[in-house]
Amino acid sequence: MPMDWIYGLVGGVLIGCAGAFLLLGNGRVMGASGLVFGMFKTTDRRIWIENLAFVSALFIAPMLFVRPLNIGPTHASENVIVVAIAGLAVGFGTRLANGCTSGHGVCGISRFSLRGIAATMAYILAGAVSVVVFKHLLGAI
Amino acid sequence: MRILISLVSGALFGLGLIISGMTDTKKVQGWLDIFGEWDPTLAFVMGGAMLPMVIAWKATQVRTPLTADKFPAANTAGIDRDLIIGSVFFGIGWGLAGLCPGPAIASLSFGGSSGVVFASAMIIGMLSTRRLQAFFRKAENTSKTIT
Repeated sequence: MPMDWIYGLVGGVLIGCAGAFLLLGNGRVMGASGLVFGMFKTTDRRIWIENLAFVSALFIAPMLFVRPLNIGPTHASENVIVVAIAGLAVGFGTRLANGCTSGHGVCGISRFSLRGIAATMAYILAGAVSVVVFKHLLGAI
Repeated sequence: MRILISLVSGALFGLGLIISGMTDTKKVQGWLDIFGEWDPTLAFVMGGAMLPMVIAWKATQVRTPLTADKFPAANTAGIDRDLIIGSVFFGIGWGLAGLCPGPAIASLSFGGSSGVVFASAMIIGMLSTRRLQAFFRKAENTSKTIT
């Protein structure tokens, strides 16, 4: 749709505001993979509750607004094996690299972090190759 | 207060993700699909997110966080092997499913069984990272001793 980029920009600004709010409020970097993983680390109880609060809100807010805002489906693959392998790779990769699109991408690039920029280039490149291989060569997606 | 800030930030993040279209795996894969029908939306999302974040990082130079003593220090590890190998693994999975950790959680309530399978596998992947890392290190050392 021709209007998609406007929604992208508006949503993007909201994502940036979410990151700015967490940074200036709690002094924490908004990285989704780290916050999700943090729900399983109970060593620091105070931080654990914060992580739980963030991820819960990340789950509940879209649940409440997906109908009123008329958000479309995810169009995710129905192939359980493909989805499971992808999930494992994303989980393992983001922990090994210590960040994902939000941590390295949104928060890292905006502070001109070389690690964030390098990670973002690596996962975008790998993602593009992945789409070429699995979609155009193998026809798996 | 810190919990409230976490809740508001998480909710804003979730709304931003669904409004921007980043919970639609076809849009994300479309952005990565340089040989197909390329979809530029993700670039606008990233660009839009940069604006408030650049200002926020600037602000960290002149003030302290509302509820903490100091801002997080930058990781000084530099561009190491784990960062690149991890990001490559992440990218492969990202391209394959069109989901990354944020949208995976944000779409969990409306993404059907595929979304649940992805999020579960992602969490299993996260929790087994240390073990997998140890396994790869061992395999690498073994191959080194052989050669």
